[in-house]
Amino acid sequence: MTINPRLYPLLTTIGIFIVGYFLCYLQFPNILSTRVVGNLLTDNAYLGIVAVGMTIVILSGGIDLSVGSVIAFSGVFIAVMLRDTDLPAPLIIVMLLVITSAFGAAMGWLIHALAMPAFIVTLAGMFLARGAAYMLTIDSIAITDPFFAAIQNAYWLMPGRGRLTLIGVLMVVVVLAGALLAHRTRFGASVFALGGGEQTARLMGVNVGRTTVLIYAFSGLMAGLSGVVFSVYTGSGYPLATVGTELTAIAAVVIGGTILTGGAGYVIGTLFGVLTMGLIQTYLVFDGSLSSWWTKIVIGMLLLLFILLQKGLLRLTAFGAARA
Amino acid sequence: MRRSLQRITPQLLTLAALVALVTLFFPNFISISYDGTRFVGPIVDVLKRSAPVALLAVGMTLVIATRGIDLSVGTVMAIAGAVAAYAITSGFGLPATLALALLAGLAAGLWNGCLVALIGIQPIVATLILMTAGRGIAQLITEGRILTFSNNDFAFIGSGTVYGIPFPTILWLATAILVAALMRRTALGLLIEATGINRAASALAGVNATVILIAVYMASGFCAALAGIVATADIRGADANNAGLWLELDAILAVVIGGNSLLGGRFSIAGAMIGALIIQTINTGIVLAGFPSEYNLVIKAGLVLVILVMQSPNLSADWFYLKTLISEQRTARAERKEAS
Repeated sequence: MTINPRLYPLLTTIGIFIVGYFLCYLQFPNILSTRVVGNLLTDNAYLGIVAVGMTIVILSGGIDLSVGSVIAFSGVFIAVMLRDTDLPAPLIIVMLLVITSAFGAAMGWLIHALAMPAFIVTLAGMFLARGAAYMLTIDSIAITDPFFAAIQNAYWLMPGRGRLTLIGVLMVVVVLAGALLAHRTRFGASVFALGGGEQTARLMGVNVGRTTVLIYAFSGLMAGLSGVVFSVYTGSGYPLATVGTELTAIAAVVIGGTILTGGAGYVIGTLFGVLTMGLIQTYLVFDGSLSSWWTKIVIGMLLLLFILLQKGLLRLTAFGAARA
Repeated sequence: MRRSLQRITPQLLTLAALVALVTLFFPNFISISYDGTRFVGPIVDVLKRSAPVALLAVGMTLVIATRGIDLSVGTVMAIAGAVAAYAITSGFGLPATLALALLAGLAAGLWNGCLVALIGIQPIVATLILMTAGRGIAQLITEGRILTFSNNDFAFIGSGTVYGIPFPTILWLATAILVAALMRRTALGLLIEATGINRAASALAGVNATVILIAVYMASGFCAALAGIVATADIRGADANNAGLWLELDAILAVVIGGNSLLGGRFSIAGAMIGALIIQTINTGIVLAGFPSEYNLVIKAGLVLVILVMQSPNLSADWFYLKTLISEQRTARAERKEAS
């Protein structure tokens, strides 16, 4: 049986996650309980959702630094709107998603129209979204809406008293939807083509401008959705929240086996990237004696490992192609 | 000289306009007085507080000129600060302390440089590794605490004055002038630009691009270590969590505001320094002018957008077209005048 070499990074990610989980299990058997599994999904729900958007952006060869700020803005926007207006919560959520999608689309348009690197355009977007959040409020505002309370308490009791929360399920659904979008639609094919090279994509007949706008709009939508989930998770809106989440999301995407130059990767891998990072944190909590800074060092090492692995694979496949 | 001055004219104008704007709201902004030991005034404050970003921007300019980016500088600041605080509290002398901190910065730069130049990892990702892991390393050194010290000689670097001028100001000015002279009075600057424009071509032309790249990242690490020393000496303590946090973005912004393209090639250290001053003037000016500091980020974003539009390769073609059109009309008019 031959396996497509493109699958190696994905299989490695899943393998590392399973082996890591098994090692943790040997030391702390309770880590396999449904409670821990449920919490792993719930705690990382917002990161997983935003990482799906980031995966699409990175697959296209771009980068989106604004998502952490957009999440913070979303939380603040929801909290302020709920406090100051009588609008129903679902309507506010829809408004928010429209705003963040439009924000992403505007950045995509700028990237395309100005032919500037996505890095610096989304850096400006990062400042703008964070600044907009500050302008709405500088305090942490609690969300006391019954609709949000209902989502917060929506969970399905798994055997073993583990809680599979609605936001945890939402993350899995979003990942699956993202995978379908990336691997089974025309838009997804355009994204991969763009990641392979703008010139070739244009020659293939991809509408580069429209695709770029849609990619960043999708990332904005995911960031908005992630913001909703984060505000449900924390029950508040705070403009200083989720600073640096964009870099955590990028790290999750890379650990998930997506190549940062774009054009190759799997959305499912990102889920395992997020879960692997969550597992490290869970292990540290279980252990109790290790300090939190080890999380950062281990994540850095994992990043390096995956990048080296991808480099090696690329060289290997290039070698194989040259020989064939 | 005139040409390089011409190149940074837009930045100088922006800075002047900003200073004028702040003065409009806060008339005392440009006043400087001498209180017997040191100069005091908002301008002096701006010059002092811009030290970390300006120092980072010196190294960042070189990295960006090679078409790279160094996201790890803020973290390297924290590492260098942690090393310095650790060394000074465990009884090393000041020279040894500084040497150790600078060595830490150089080592961090060497690591980044090797990942980029030898293994060929994209600069954003290569430096992202150290950015994530580095803060953990800094916390490992300080053991998660804020290491404080009371060595006056070391604190002088952060808050001392020479002839009434804050020492950090002198340090960043000297660093910028030294590096700029090194780049422009030798062929180094040219080699860096060549590497940034086309690494493969410059390697074929005989430039040792690998060594240049590693050296550039080491220079960035060194500058970051200097900035970390200043920040640590200023607060007399090393805070592994917050030292230099997100300063890499400010440094990149300063370089871009300074008219340097993220696509590599031509660079101007003077421009980046003015960029750093612009950022600090905004930060200080917003507070002094009585605006809530919440507006800071939105104004920054607007500024970046304006600069992006000015630098856009798509629009610059249009500008060029307009310019030639106008000059053609002018010559045609002049010719007509001569004919009549």
